[in-house]
Amino acid sequence: MEVKFQETKISLATGGVKVDKEQPPVLLVHGAGMDRTVWSQQTRYLAHHGFSPMAVDLPGHGKSGGELLSTIPAMADWIADLIGELDMGPVRLVGHSMGSLISLEVAAHHPDAVERIILMGAAAAMPVHPDLLGAAERNEILAPQLMTAWAHGARAHVAGNPTPGLWMRSGCQALLERAADGVIYNDLAACNSYEAGDIAGQIDCPITVIVGSEDKMTPPKATAQLVAGFEEVDLRHLKGVGHMMMIEAPDQIRELMLSALR
Amino acid sequence: MVEPDYLKFDTLSLHAGQEPDPTTGSRGVPIYQTTSYSFVDTEQAAGLFNLEQPGHIYSRISNPTVAVLEERLAALEGGVGAVCTASGMAAFHLACATIMSAGNHVVASRNIYGGSHNMLNLTMPRFGITTTFVDPRDHDAWRSAITPETRVLFAETLGNPGIEVLDVPVVAEIAHEHGLPLMLDATFTTPYLMKPIELGADIVMHSVTKFLGGHGIALGGVVIDGGRFDWAATDKFPTLSEPYDGYHGISFFEEYGHQALSMRARAEGLRDFGAAMSPANAFHLLQGVETLPLRMQRHVENTATVIDFLETNDAVSWISHPSVSSHPDHELSKKLLPKGAGAILSFGIAGGREAGRRFIENVQLASHVANVGDAKTLVIHPASTTHQQLSAEDLSAAGVGEDLIRLSVGLEDSEDIIADLARALKASQKG
Ligand SMILES: Cc1ncc(COP(=O)(O)O)c(C=O)c1O
Repeated sequence: MEVKFQETKISLATGGVKVDKEQPPVLLVHGAGMDRTVWSQQTRYLAHHGFSPMAVDLPGHGKSGGELLSTIPAMADWIADLIGELDMGPVRLVGHSMGSLISLEVAAHHPDAVERIILMGAAAAMPVHPDLLGAAERNEILAPQLMTAWAHGARAHVAGNPTPGLWMRSGCQALLERAADGVIYNDLAACNSYEAGDIAGQIDCPITVIVGSEDKMTPPKATAQLVAGFEEVDLRHLKGVGHMMMIEAPDQIRELMLSALR
Repeated sequence: MVEPDYLKFDTLSLHAGQEPDPTTGSRGVPIYQTTSYSFVDTEQAAGLFNLEQPGHIYSRISNPTVAVLEERLAALEGGVGAVCTASGMAAFHLACATIMSAGNHVVASRNIYGGSHNMLNLTMPRFGITTTFVDPRDHDAWRSAITPETRVLFAETLGNPGIEVLDVPVVAEIAHEHGLPLMLDATFTTPYLMKPIELGADIVMHSVTKFLGGHGIALGGVVIDGGRFDWAATDKFPTLSEPYDGYHGISFFEEYGHQALSMRARAEGLRDFGAAMSPANAFHLLQGVETLPLRMQRHVENTATVIDFLETNDAVSWISHPSVSSHPDHELSKKLLPKGAGAILSFGIAGGREAGRRFIENVQLASHVANVGDAKTLVIHPASTTHQQLSAEDLSAAGVGEDLIRLSVGLEDSEDIIADLARALKASQKG
């Protein structure tokens, strides 16, 4: 669906059904350079299992209009405002990668906006390899290629897509190639310069963190550093899965999400 | 500078899309010779039918053996997804039917496979889809044939019968300037010789029957989704950008974005038209794909040797292949097809229709068949077979002279191929 928000058109994927205001809202936030479609293996399922999923395209991403937001806190403020505009009460906020940083910020600074958060590919800091940042700044195809190469576990580089006929590696690369010039760089720079500080200690809502054992973008060690700061956390590990876990292991993520959201 | 640690082409040819079977450990791709799949429970069944979760339901829509081939071909082409079909023609029809409806229009190269020409020229108009054919080398003709109803530009990477090389980046640019996708039939090149998606094509189709399968034993086709085209940038592609009643109002673009075409082609096209590939054929075709790089290299080498021979033979009046310096696309071919311009060529035989007939009747090793892209060398003389009802004038209008012999160079020892051709050429001249 499309909503008009702050004078711009914002696109949200709702699982191919009309948003049901009676069902608990789930807002899903994508990672750097990506868009709503990274959640395509979950939204429709959630929509038919008692939730109202909305996978958003951040400003300047996917089919959303608007200017790019250049810092994680600015993206978080925007998400909090959007939650207000949706007028469905506090949401269950699900974030992947850059979206997990945004979710942390929303939960810490806009506690009334969220009921609980689910983080995937999360870390307290996301330093970006200088070669990747450079390629992104020059809008070179190398940036989508490096991100795709690092974002998938070994298995996903060969096979294993449960959706017949889809090929994960090119799926991810094509998604990133579709980003307009400057988008990937904007997002990676925002991740690179983000400092979480003691954010973990400022979050009161229930937190679920899902970790892929082969995640090279936000390695399990980096996630562990973040998790150490939470007083209480529901931590789930997925073996043999990389950073793009909701695409690499969609069945497991669907089940984990459903149990964590309820 | 770091490089993406992607598995390389030859490795993907052998591995992409398959991991050892989780229950049996089978290293080879098993043939899942089944029509249907047991559901875990009613909830899972409902989820599968409703596209809430992926999985197999019925082999018209998907099958695990076919899915390995699909993932492998998508990997080799660099596409986001692939849908295999019963034949190359079924793939062409599936792609057209997925993105177009009655009232729409195609701009196509006039130098395409006869079957594809028939479908566009004679059959599709019955369903309200019309085509304007253009000279693929005439870029202004492409541009000026586009109308407000045009939905796709279509050509072959290597044309028929003149082995015209399509200037893919240029024609892709023309398509994109008009908000249209470029669809290519890449049967003659295979992803080993050219990666059309990297050059700007949006949809790639193959007759897998030919070089990809390589053994001339199984029919098959594939539609590969490049995933870079924006179907929702205009209102021209409602099958992808608008809600679809078939699945409770889903918009394929909203949900699947860059994979919208792959998802719709399967969920609607295979479901309703049903031109599915059989699992046994997928298995046979996979055996071919495993050795694609090795075979294509040898096809190209043998073609060069055969051309060297034909160039010195007095019974040969001309040779059409992009590797020959007199071919109009010789330079373009060096740029777009650095590994070679394929193994199909045509040549003219001195003495015309009669000499052509005698040549065909005297080959012994080469097979006289209506096919190309087999591991074995194949020949045909259109004027005395496929086009025998046409007059000399009609033949030349179709770009097929009375003297034209088409050769699909195989993997035999090139000395044996040449000896066979030499004998038959000699016999052809004894009128
Ligand atoms: C270039 C080309 N495209 C498409 C086809 C049709 O493929 P199939 O015979 O697998 O239906 C052929 C087959 O002859 C072909 O040569």
